[in-house]
Amino acid sequence: MTEREKAENILLAGVGGQGILKASDIICQAIMEAGWDVKKSEVHGMAQRGGSVTSHVRYGAKVFSPVTGKGEVNVLVSFELLEALRYIDYLNSNSKVILNDYRVNPPAVNLGNMKYPENVFELLQGKVAIVSIVSARSLAREAGSVRAENMVMVGALASWLPLERNIWYKVINEFFPPSLISINLRAFDLGYQAL
Amino acid sequence: MKALLSGNEAIARGAYEYGVRFGAGYPGTPSTEILEEFSRYDGVYAEWSPNEKVALEVGIGAALAGEMALVTMKHVGLNVAADPLFTVSYTGINGALVIVSADDPSMHSSQNEQDNRNYAKFAKIPMLEPADSEEARRFVKIAFEISKKHDTPVILRTTTRVSHSKGIVELEEPRPYEDNRIIKYDAAKYVMVPAMARIRRHEVEKRLKVLRDLADNFPENRIELADKKIGIITSGMCYNYAKSKFPDFSYLKCGMVYPLPVGLIRKFASQVEKIYVIEELDPFIEEQVKAIGIPVVGKEIFPYTGEFDPGIIYEAITGKKIATLTLPPEVALPPRPPNLCPGCPHRGLFYILGKLKVFVTGDIGCYTLAFMKPLEGLHSCICMGASIGMAHGMSKALGERGKGKVIGVIGDSTFLHSGITPLLNVAYNKGEALIIICDNRTTAMTGMQEHPGTGFTLQGASTKALSYEALGEVLGMDSVRVIDPYNLKETEEVIEEELNREGASLIISRRACVLYRREKTKQTPLWVEEEKCIGCGRCLDIGCPAISWVNFDDMPPGSYKKITKKQKGRAEIDPDACTGCSVCAQLCKTRAIIKRGD
Repeated sequence: MTEREKAENILLAGVGGQGILKASDIICQAIMEAGWDVKKSEVHGMAQRGGSVTSHVRYGAKVFSPVTGKGEVNVLVSFELLEALRYIDYLNSNSKVILNDYRVNPPAVNLGNMKYPENVFELLQGKVAIVSIVSARSLAREAGSVRAENMVMVGALASWLPLERNIWYKVINEFFPPSLISINLRAFDLGYQAL
Repeated sequence: MKALLSGNEAIARGAYEYGVRFGAGYPGTPSTEILEEFSRYDGVYAEWSPNEKVALEVGIGAALAGEMALVTMKHVGLNVAADPLFTVSYTGINGALVIVSADDPSMHSSQNEQDNRNYAKFAKIPMLEPADSEEARRFVKIAFEISKKHDTPVILRTTTRVSHSKGIVELEEPRPYEDNRIIKYDAAKYVMVPAMARIRRHEVEKRLKVLRDLADNFPENRIELADKKIGIITSGMCYNYAKSKFPDFSYLKCGMVYPLPVGLIRKFASQVEKIYVIEELDPFIEEQVKAIGIPVVGKEIFPYTGEFDPGIIYEAITGKKIATLTLPPEVALPPRPPNLCPGCPHRGLFYILGKLKVFVTGDIGCYTLAFMKPLEGLHSCICMGASIGMAHGMSKALGERGKGKVIGVIGDSTFLHSGITPLLNVAYNKGEALIIICDNRTTAMTGMQEHPGTGFTLQGASTKALSYEALGEVLGMDSVRVIDPYNLKETEEVIEEELNREGASLIISRRACVLYRREKTKQTPLWVEEEKCIGCGRCLDIGCPAISWVNFDDMPPGSYKKITKKQKGRAEIDPDACTGCSVCAQLCKTRAIIKRGD
């Protein structure tokens, strides 16, 4: 009668305003429609104002906790380059990482007090199983709007998840107003093909 | 039908499914979405009250009229509502009353992490605690059921991780609304003068005895027996964390955290060898279990502070460290704290306040962030509404030494929440502190909720909009002035004049939040003319996220031009982020910041 958790752990990280919460809503909806149990967790309010934002997504046969413990993330999707480093303690040697090469300078860098770390890719490579880079900002621009950056990242993640592509299309169609659907579908496809 | 809902959405859904059609609250993370979501259901009356005390009193009134009322707030909101809370426990209710208290362990968006389970015990009110969205949906119904049956308010406690996590919920067909509204006179029950309160006091104890017996047979207090060597007593989100790591242990999961199921706890203790109590914040369950003579392991291994996660529980119980990757020690990560948005109207005001050598008592809102570098224009933050009373107290204490040196700053929604009485106090007691209302036309911090100054209700009806100017005058302020914080010169001049004026002064710093949909402030983005920027860095002093520093050392030689010999770099503006507020341009000595096309 003891129910056992069997779950995969995805961590989305980035900067407030990048559409991370919407992206994780879409990912969870698609996973639910594919028939899995799924939970997600994030923090609103103060954390939104341009600060670091994360969203935990956990899915599988049975999920208890909506948050992932440290060292247990299977896939880290970093919407901003250096944010991947901030959550390195959530990773282990088998983790996979998707990096958006887009940089948003933190205040200390803008003020000239600190340097933006130049070697994010190198710091992760070799420590984890895979590090893949996506130019989500420029792909989103190509799709029709930089605001679709989040859908490029969802597309990139989707290419690593065992879900039918049609489920993603269906969910994207339901999540956006008609005028924005085609841009977001294009952004998703560009991300999907990018890895 | 299945749906993916947050804990907050699930509470709204559960209440609606149960036939609840009346809700009141005040926005506060992590509780805000409950009432927003509830207000969208058909046939519902829902309001943002000016503060939590009013919201609870509105709920009590509705409940006395036979309605089932849902009242929502964050944990610290219950402090504001505590006065009616303790006495409605005596009167009981006629219809039903459920108060949601959304606690915030780890203070993701709060000034403290008080454990509101203590309020249940303190006010002798039963409390349920769901562990996920599906339980949130079901428990709110059970809470209303208990409220009706036992003539008591019931508190539903969530934590941030329950409120803001999403999970799969099984939606049920909503029950039709049952109209039980009535005007019922019952002075012995509802007029709490000492003679009658003394009688009701005994009723509270009788009710608690009944609820204690109920707790032992309450289906949501459940024993899950597995490995009998180790038993876990827990509730809420911690149950999920523990189950995630230790599926083989035995569990007593308490859906009702007050009163605790003493009989069930004794039974569980007789079935397992060693017991851990896993709970965030206070040893609320632990102390009560120990008080009945059952030895348990609790806060000697689990933290008192912050929220837990599966890893924290694993490490505490096993004593083992979870292996994680780390960065080389020489890598310094620039922190990314929350920041005022580009174009935020608070920026200009707090830039000026930071320059003046004054103590600024602050309050709760986005502008609290102005304490940080480089603005440093705010020097205290205690609770909603505290700034005005504190400024007055500080100025009175300092006397002559504090003349022109103390300013109290408060947001519009916060002012309406609990700033009016302290402002009255400034006028009444001949205060000298200058008070500034940062009127950004909305409740920005929690996500653009309406309030009595916006002219609209929660459900979108247009209504009266309070005039802060008129209010300031009738309260007795000697001077009331309005400034535009986008205009630095005017802002500085008016503040200095009012600081030096005898008597009680009120300034309204008025400019809509850049995210506010009704008053668009976005203008043409600005840019930095390379030929004019001397790299003085004055524009960086406002800490605008749209402005960044280009360090010449990091650039290939020949790709930049120095205007002065010593120049180390220049400023750059991100056109996607800039809203054209022009505060930075007003600071630029060489007029290098201009509108495109100028």
